[in-house]
Amino acid sequence: MEWFEYLSFGKNGWGDELASGLGITLSLALITLPIGLFLGFSVAAASVAKKTYPRLIAFTFTTMIRGLPELLTLFIIYHGVGLLLNKIIKWLNPDAGFFELSPFVAGIIALGLVFGGYSGEVLRGAWQALDKGQREAALATGMSQLQIFRLIELPQMLRLALPGLGNLWINLLKDTALVSVIALNDLMRMANIAVGSTKKPFLFFLTVCLTYWAICIFFEWCIARLEKRANRGIRTS
Amino acid sequence: MFEVLIDYWPKLLDGMSMTLKLTFISVVIAGLLSLPLAILRRSKNKAFQWPIRLFVSFFRGTPLLAQLFLIYYGSGQFREELTDLGVWWFFRDPFYCALFTFALNSTAYQLEILRGGLQAVPYGEIEAGVALGMKRTLLYRTIILPHTYRIALPALGNEIILMLKGSAIASVITLMDVMGHTRRVFSQTFDISVYFWAAIIYLMITTLFVFAWRLLEKRLTRHMYYPVNNKHLPAPKALNPPKETCHVN
Repeated sequence: MEWFEYLSFGKNGWGDELASGLGITLSLALITLPIGLFLGFSVAAASVAKKTYPRLIAFTFTTMIRGLPELLTLFIIYHGVGLLLNKIIKWLNPDAGFFELSPFVAGIIALGLVFGGYSGEVLRGAWQALDKGQREAALATGMSQLQIFRLIELPQMLRLALPGLGNLWINLLKDTALVSVIALNDLMRMANIAVGSTKKPFLFFLTVCLTYWAICIFFEWCIARLEKRANRGIRTS
Repeated sequence: MFEVLIDYWPKLLDGMSMTLKLTFISVVIAGLLSLPLAILRRSKNKAFQWPIRLFVSFFRGTPLLAQLFLIYYGSGQFREELTDLGVWWFFRDPFYCALFTFALNSTAYQLEILRGGLQAVPYGEIEAGVALGMKRTLLYRTIILPHTYRIALPALGNEIILMLKGSAIASVITLMDVMGHTRRVFSQTFDISVYFWAAIIYLMITTLFVFAWRLLEKRLTRHMYYPVNNKHLPAPKALNPPKETCHVN
């Protein structure tokens, strides 16, 4: 089979290049996840705040993120933040050279914003579904705000938010393919390079698709197990 | 900031028509395909169930960009065979390839939504139809499908918005939609504000769509609203008779 030869590891095959691309894809997703989650919690906290301004900011942010194509967000961050940083650097130090935002960092920021915008909504829904009496009871026993959040609200919120967050995680994994457009050497771009030199586009893009598919199925299985574990204390009919 | 808009608005408008065309055609094709497939997916026959399951899982588990590359560039590997079949003109054109990919992708998503909708139709309604001696087609047309679409409508609206946003990916295979024109204008002028205008265009389309979709939802659920003009109706009598006070103590 000549197809396997193309995918083999070593000098003639592209297996090792694709594997390194896969590593970049996965690390991008794994680094983005905590950043996006943190942003999501902040957005959720802002959107249930009593004051008007935090709520307005959170609403504008989620509406923007959910209305813009992920590709456009990525380009705005990659070019826009790069230009902005350059202006700041030029203003601080007129002799400084041109600074280029690395595509990896741009990818993390853009995907983190997207994840934060969507997960903010999921977490807000979970937050609002909690029983208010528990919070009042905790306040009455003298717990601090941080303790209430960490010991009472967070564990219950995660159970409610898990299905939504799982979907978002799968989406995040799939969206990482977009960073290949801004020349980050992820799985997709490695396949592109391989196609450029071997002229076997179907083989390599099929490999990419199957790899993503396998990753998604694996994580879907993980999420199902997590959900089962999170729901272990819930009585079902 | 406004110079870009003044200089390039015809291009952005052109891109907008391309974006709308791509989204609209693929969503409509997917809408037509997804219903029969969703009904087949629910059949007990494993020979129907499994291929559809695989199809849905594949298209929902891989990035749209990878699917597009697989179909547009991947078809090049079978150029001779496709030319012999007489379909090479289709796979050579980026527009048709994008349409094909988006339609298949959207079919997978819409199929799952409709499957959920079909499942959520209360069984009593179907039983009542059967008890009245309705045939299968009549049952579907008058009872199951209206209810299914009523349940599925919000999710379908979300899916169409996702498709609209996903269509920006078509710019990667040289199609000049809003994103494609924006990228070209940026590479010519290095003016970041063109991205701002593109964002405005996308937000405008989504907002208008959400508004229109809400009207459609209202129309399909009109039986759940009270008629506004009911002044001529007699005022309802008190349903609950005044409760007798109890004297326990």
